Amino acid sequence: MSRRWPPGIVLTVVAMLMIAVGVPQLVDEFGLLQLTVFGAMCILALSLGFVWGYGGILCFGQSAFFGLGAYAYAVAAINAGESTLAAVLAVVVPAVFAALLGYFMFYGRLSDVYLGVITLSVTLIFFNLMNSTAGDTYRIGKARLNGFNGMPSLPTLNVPGLPGRLLDPTETFYLVMAVLVIVYVGLHVLLASHFGRVVVAIRENEARCELLGYDVRLYKLLVFTIGGGIAGLAGCLFADWGAFVSPNVFSLTMTSQIIIWVIVGGLGTLVGPIIGCLIMQYLATTLGTQQLANTNLIFGIIFLAFVLLVPRGIVPSLLRLGAGAVGGARVRNSA
Amino acid sequence: MSAAVLQTVGLSIRFGGVEAVRGVDFTLAERELRCLIGPNGAGKSTLFKLLTGQLKPTAGRILFQGHDITGHHTHAIARRGIGIKTQVPSLFDGLTVREHLWLSARRTNAAERTRVVADEILERIGLTSLASEAVGRLSHGLRQWVELGTVLAGNPELILLDEPAAGMTHDEVARTAELVREINRTHALIVVEHDMQFVRMIARTVTVMHQGAVLVEDTMDQIMKNATVRDVYLGTRASRERPC
Repeated sequence: MSRRWPPGIVLTVVAMLMIAVGVPQLVDEFGLLQLTVFGAMCILALSLGFVWGYGGILCFGQSAFFGLGAYAYAVAAINAGESTLAAVLAVVVPAVFAALLGYFMFYGRLSDVYLGVITLSVTLIFFNLMNSTAGDTYRIGKARLNGFNGMPSLPTLNVPGLPGRLLDPTETFYLVMAVLVIVYVGLHVLLASHFGRVVVAIRENEARCELLGYDVRLYKLLVFTIGGGIAGLAGCLFADWGAFVSPNVFSLTMTSQIIIWVIVGGLGTLVGPIIGCLIMQYLATTLGTQQLANTNLIFGIIFLAFVLLVPRGIVPSLLRLGAGAVGGARVRNSA
Repeated sequence: MSAAVLQTVGLSIRFGGVEAVRGVDFTLAERELRCLIGPNGAGKSTLFKLLTGQLKPTAGRILFQGHDITGHHTHAIARRGIGIKTQVPSLFDGLTVREHLWLSARRTNAAERTRVVADEILERIGLTSLASEAVGRLSHGLRQWVELGTVLAGNPELILLDEPAAGMTHDEVARTAELVREINRTHALIVVEHDMQFVRMIARTVTVMHQGAVLVEDTMDQIMKNATVRDVYLGTRASRERPC
């Protein structure tokens, strides 16, 4: 393909690579661990940024796939004693679940509002379900689910096929950054393809796409499934990072956070959700350690402020300002 | 007359107590250009929605090239080869003119060929200079052409045009009529239009609808002389603004 990459995408990738290479030299191990989980969350933010910002699918329950990925990793890794298959299942299980759920939603022609309600309900159902799995009866193979206490001491990711060769924290950081870059670039490649251009067109005008002969239901289902798989991958990295997973991955706090990241960063870009996620994660960490104010309260205020004052989010607003200064208006899909 | 490209048999749709389309038997020959006229609420646009699967008929059948397409999904009907320009242009406002043509042509063409088709259509609808413009920023008349071009780029067998000349200046109307005649050399068309000047420019056979049913089907000249048609449609309207 001879299509040239837009400068915004190149810039973002260069920045990510610089962070990936530079950070381990600059920060201590605690900082590195912190940035590793930020990276995993950025991947989660990308998944919703793709599903909602480009697919136009209002998914309030992206954490359902995130949590399924985390639990799939936990259960499979404990049973297998190593992480190769577990990492694959962490993507496949949520993707298959997203496909099933999406099939009923899109082929049942549910409208946007119902999509939001159903996806939110589904993640809360998982939350309650996993909370009720305390006790020895609830186990999958060797893995005890442990209800609201969560599953501790999960096996660390190892080099595929080499169970004894575990990744150290620096290698895990490289892995997370590599996955982030691959997912970011991969989604942009997808969006530049025939498939991706139809997906954007569906967001713009669903009826026209059908009149042109595109099966909108199928496209939405595929977008939703891909988004589910990416969220699952983030869940896998998250579970590996803390060697722990609890029902909180399905909680209302978790799922609303993802929405806030995307809103703050900006719908309709991929770099927006990443930036939104970084800002909010940094805030959450800072506020959490200082105990100055309730984190959820601050998040609520920020969310409201953005919805009311900067509804486009940070990145699209900045792009708009930049474009206004140059006098052009062709800023869509450029980052 | 050659084989029918489109045929409807007793096509009806009912919304509660209103039968918007009542037992329409309609036949369109290959490469025929048919104008469909009738007062507001006659069921013309509803008929188009039935033909494209946007509405499901409560009774009757639709045959397209001999295949029963009644109740099929909109996208499946579009794939069979029915393209429509809707009454209010249905476009992707954030996308460029070229992207519209690309999306339409790409479904059936390889990437290379799609680019060629898009360029050809841009030339045909005279929008080459506006190819990179976002469609949301264009005037209503230009949007009409973008939608017409988008439909053309998909190269459907049958093209439905719902008020293609609405909101256009006199020159634009003439240009559209020329375009429609040109399209008709290779495609069958059904055109709904209120602008009688425009209809006279393109029409051979005209179907008049009234209260959901086909009132009469004849040549333009005969239609203009038809007293019933004058009563339901031309009579009141023509005497007011377009004496004929």
